[in-house]
Amino acid sequence: MAHIEATDPNGYKPNQEIFSEILQELAAKDRDIIAVTSDSRGSGKLVPFGKKFPEQIVEVGIAEQNLVGVAAGLAAAGKKVFAVSPACFLTARALEQIKNDVAYSDNPVTVVGISAGVSYGALGSTHHSLHDFAALRCINNITVVVPADNFETAQATALAAKTNSPVYLRFGKRVMNNLKDVNDDTFAFGKGRVITEGNDAAIIACGETVYPALQAAKLLAEQGINATVVSMHTIKPLDTDLLANLAANCKAIVTVEEHSVYGGLGEACAAYLMQHGLHKPFRIVGIPDEYTVTGSQQDIFNHYHLTKEGIAEVVKGLL
Amino acid sequence: MKMQELKKKSVEYRKKILKYIVGAKAGHTGGSLSCTDILNVLYNHTLKVSPQTFTSPDRDRYIQSKGHCVEALFVVLADKGFFPEEHLETLCQYKSHYIGHPTRKVKGVEQNTGALGHGLPIAVGNAIAAKLDKRNYKVYTLMGDGELPEGSNWEAALTAAHYKLDNLCAIVDKNTLQITASTAEVCNTDPLDEKWKAFGWAVKEVDGHDVEALKAAFDSLPFEPGKPSVIIAHTVKGKGVSFMENNLKWHHGVPSKEEYALALSELDSSMEKVLI
Ligand SMILES: [Mg+2]
Repeated sequence: MAHIEATDPNGYKPNQEIFSEILQELAAKDRDIIAVTSDSRGSGKLVPFGKKFPEQIVEVGIAEQNLVGVAAGLAAAGKKVFAVSPACFLTARALEQIKNDVAYSDNPVTVVGISAGVSYGALGSTHHSLHDFAALRCINNITVVVPADNFETAQATALAAKTNSPVYLRFGKRVMNNLKDVNDDTFAFGKGRVITEGNDAAIIACGETVYPALQAAKLLAEQGINATVVSMHTIKPLDTDLLANLAANCKAIVTVEEHSVYGGLGEACAAYLMQHGLHKPFRIVGIPDEYTVTGSQQDIFNHYHLTKEGIAEVVKGLL
Repeated sequence: MKMQELKKKSVEYRKKILKYIVGAKAGHTGGSLSCTDILNVLYNHTLKVSPQTFTSPDRDRYIQSKGHCVEALFVVLADKGFFPEEHLETLCQYKSHYIGHPTRKVKGVEQNTGALGHGLPIAVGNAIAAKLDKRNYKVYTLMGDGELPEGSNWEAALTAAHYKLDNLCAIVDKNTLQITASTAEVCNTDPLDEKWKAFGWAVKEVDGHDVEALKAAFDSLPFEPGKPSVIIAHTVKGKGVSFMENNLKWHHGVPSKEEYALALSELDSSMEKVLI
């Protein structure tokens, strides 16, 4: 498990910065690539994009409903649109526009929720998005993707531009290590990425929690417990083949997400397992349903045990 | 199309709107009748779109923000040959594509609407795309006066002026009523012209049942270069059927057999006047 040694994040970047770099590459080759922003180009790392491609950025001001409606109209006219705004506002205030103008009308917009989860931890619940998986999972016709590392981010961004149907991409602010030394995976929406393998337990995580999950696996390995770690970057459609495989081969399953324990990755996995008779010891690690504690993202992760020690403890408790 | 032909169409459309609402036992009668003349002039005079050009990137776009008045749209689209009119006999039936709001499952419909305050932002996106692509098509959206308190409209109104979208035309079907009461009582939006002007739009007010005036207004687009245009169309909810006019009951009232017969006879006599 040498590849989980990379604890020093130097050389890596926040996923939303990689997103911006890839979007610039795509925009240089394709004039139809358009970013739509709601005074959000700074946090979306899109300032260089705006400078290089002033004709390919549409600014609507702080008006998220309009952001998504305008994005839908641009997409309907053939543009490959990335509607970028903090996830907390985008998937709450503009939820009806995502539901109707993007998903229901089938306008192929990529809705990009930035600074997601508790990236803005100290700013309080107005700025947390712990509801977005739940809100979007029950909307038909939108793929929900939360890349874990720079590799997944680059792949997901390029794939979203090619995908002729609605996609939600969710990024955070933290500098993310690549999860593997060699990224030779075939990345596809709806196909979870196995980062490391072991038959004692499966840890299914997504986004910025995959890294602590991987560290937890290392900690467990030192104690003779071998865990599979999966980056389940696509929350919907869920990779149920992989899930069934994990249930068949591991003694316990733990899910980890930077989201409410209600309605997210964990409950999606639980629903599939229960309904297919795959009964394994199972726990959901996420943000509990309470007035969320504030502080840095790491403070909040520590508080709710979204840490290597916390995740390892939950796994051990099931074995 | 000659003026008499256009006027004839309006009466025919009103008869068909009632026919299919009666058939479906559901529909937004009053609002469909208030926007009939607007849709008539748009589809028979103004819009550069046809069943043959509906997938062309250069077609004019029409987005019906007041989606609940879908019966008027369906009747006009059928008349323009987008689909056989008999399809409307399935209106609101199990699994019919002809449901109570426009969806893209019906040829001729640009966007799925129904939730209010959605048409204008999408139209703005369409119009920005036209500017970016240097295409000459125009984008039209029909809004109800009752949906104007939706804040998303005013967000989009700002963006339209900011981007100088003189290829965009919004039409407000100002029939002064909504489901609860008059718009003035529910949430007053007057003076409406001043609001749009303050948001950077060029405004014209017309009698929304005067097809000649509507034609002239559409012909004079854009009202000012570099500005989006809005037509405030003064209309009567339930227009054309005396007992439905200005009567809240007909927001989504369905006529009985007797009422339907009475309405048809009124419309037939107004047809006679058109033909003189
Ligand atoms: Mg009204």
